[in-house]
Amino acid sequence: MSLHRFPSKLLEESVEEFSGLPGIGKKTALRLVLHLLRQDVNDVRQFGNSIIRLKENIRYCKSCNNISDTEICEICADTGRDKSTICVVENIQDVMAIENTNQYFGIYHVLGGIISPMNGIGPDELNTDLLDEKIKKGEVKELILALSTTMEGDTTNFYLYRKYQGEDIKITTLARGVSVGDEIEYADEVTLGRSLINRTLFENNLSS
Amino acid sequence: MYLQKLSLFNFKNYTEAQFDFSKKLNCLVGNNGVGKTNLLDAIYYMSYTKSYFNPVDSQNIKHEEQYFLIKSNFSVGGKDDLITCTVQKNKNKKFSRNKKDYKKMADHIGLIPVVMVSPADSALVTEGSEQRRKFIDGVISQYDRRYLDDLISYNRALRQRNQLLKNFAREGKFNQASLELWDQQLIEPAGRIFEKRLEFVTELIPGFQAYYNSISEGKEQVGLSYRSSLHSITMDELLIANREKDRILQYTSGGIHKDDLDLRLEEYPIKKLGSQGQQKTYLLALKLAKFDFIKKQTGKTPVLLLDDIFDKFDAGRVKQIIKLISNPDYGQIFISDTHQTRLENMLGTLDVDYKVFRINDSVSEISTSDQVK
Ligand SMILES: [Zn+2]
Repeated sequence: MSLHRFPSKLLEESVEEFSGLPGIGKKTALRLVLHLLRQDVNDVRQFGNSIIRLKENIRYCKSCNNISDTEICEICADTGRDKSTICVVENIQDVMAIENTNQYFGIYHVLGGIISPMNGIGPDELNTDLLDEKIKKGEVKELILALSTTMEGDTTNFYLYRKYQGEDIKITTLARGVSVGDEIEYADEVTLGRSLINRTLFENNLSS
Repeated sequence: MYLQKLSLFNFKNYTEAQFDFSKKLNCLVGNNGVGKTNLLDAIYYMSYTKSYFNPVDSQNIKHEEQYFLIKSNFSVGGKDDLITCTVQKNKNKKFSRNKKDYKKMADHIGLIPVVMVSPADSALVTEGSEQRRKFIDGVISQYDRRYLDDLISYNRALRQRNQLLKNFAREGKFNQASLELWDQQLIEPAGRIFEKRLEFVTELIPGFQAYYNSISEGKEQVGLSYRSSLHSITMDELLIANREKDRILQYTSGGIHKDDLDLRLEEYPIKKLGSQGQQKTYLLALKLAKFDFIKKQTGKTPVLLLDDIFDKFDAGRVKQIIKLISNPDYGQIFISDTHQTRLENMLGTLDVDYKVFRINDSVSEISTSDQVK
């Protein structure tokens, strides 16, 4: 099937828009557009409007920089959560992943990116102002660095550590090691080595 | 450890071929271009999961075919190991051991050590330092997984640091703290890579000199040394010393990515002084020293692949080489040659198990040591 020539200009325009989305090629874009074309006009209107409403009305939490419908997000507004413990993450997907564990009762700070010169992101491009403020006011006791274990995540962790190490706060990072369900013989040497260095008391396993 | 059987389907110039090898010496005779080197490359594939010559897997598929398949039976410590590799156009390479697919190719590397000696090795002498770093890295990563991880980390941090230096120049600013973040990522792996390279080269030198002397019958003095800025200064200090320079050049001017091997003959670079025969001797000695090193590190005797090595050697050197490799320290050996009588004369002087294969449009076995006896 050749996608070079479309029988309709309107069709071509829509396909162009969809194929601009991450992970969507021309063929998939065409399939999605044709699917929408078969739907009821009201359903399609609702689909289009929801995207416009999203872009026009979305806000970023004034406390943690997470995506939110309100000025202060649900998590920050929750009085039951420990405001002195802040988990630093890259984006909203990470917030959702940690929330799904049901193991964390502090609040978050969303950086919006990690340091990577190749992606044009330096320390200045990270959103740390809100976090700086909280730390300056002495509201923070512990900072949990929960960035991805890539070199860029590591570099960002190191940057944040250097930035805040003089403050009176505890800076921790997620434990790295063998994952649950892994067979030891298949774990790579780096992971296994790190797990040995960061070994834990067995009784800690019993309590969780 | 040795290769018992090998089957090729659509690999390079082979449509379909089967081989039953001697556990000691295998000679491949035939004219240039009939596929002797391709057969050696197929054996190399079984060790390194890739070609010695062409890194693009799909380009090793026979012209106008859709896939290639290499099947091999190795005998490892008395047990059979069935290793296969399938490459299909536009699909991921499949590599398996005893019918179980590997998830990562790196998991196979080191299981079946192989050392290839080929005319293409001259790139080590004639080309840039990258070739010589590849030679070092290729050996160490075979037995040290941590080394490979360090190399990958170092190279990634280096790319980020170089990009940052370019970004600084483009935006007309400079932020030392930002640069130091990447320095930090380079320092640790650089230190470990340097130590490993130093250990490897130091260990290689005595064997290399002994091999060179015995092949050339002690006529010339050869030298080999590891060149790196880290001999005299730590990576940390080097990055600080080069900071201004790097800023102007917009790339990282010093580090283990600039390391090199000095290859010398009578105190001069072999590239400038050595004859073709001397260069070949030098490279062969280097490869045989590598053979010994791998054997010592892994406890396994590598399969030795000698592609067209007698070409450009005088009769004296050929005799010395044969004397060397008929030593029981060597395991299974494959030798390719265009010259049938030269090979037959050589075999006449040896008391080892061998097979001779004539490679042309159809492969045939022409003689074995059993028939002669
Ligand atoms: Zn919030």
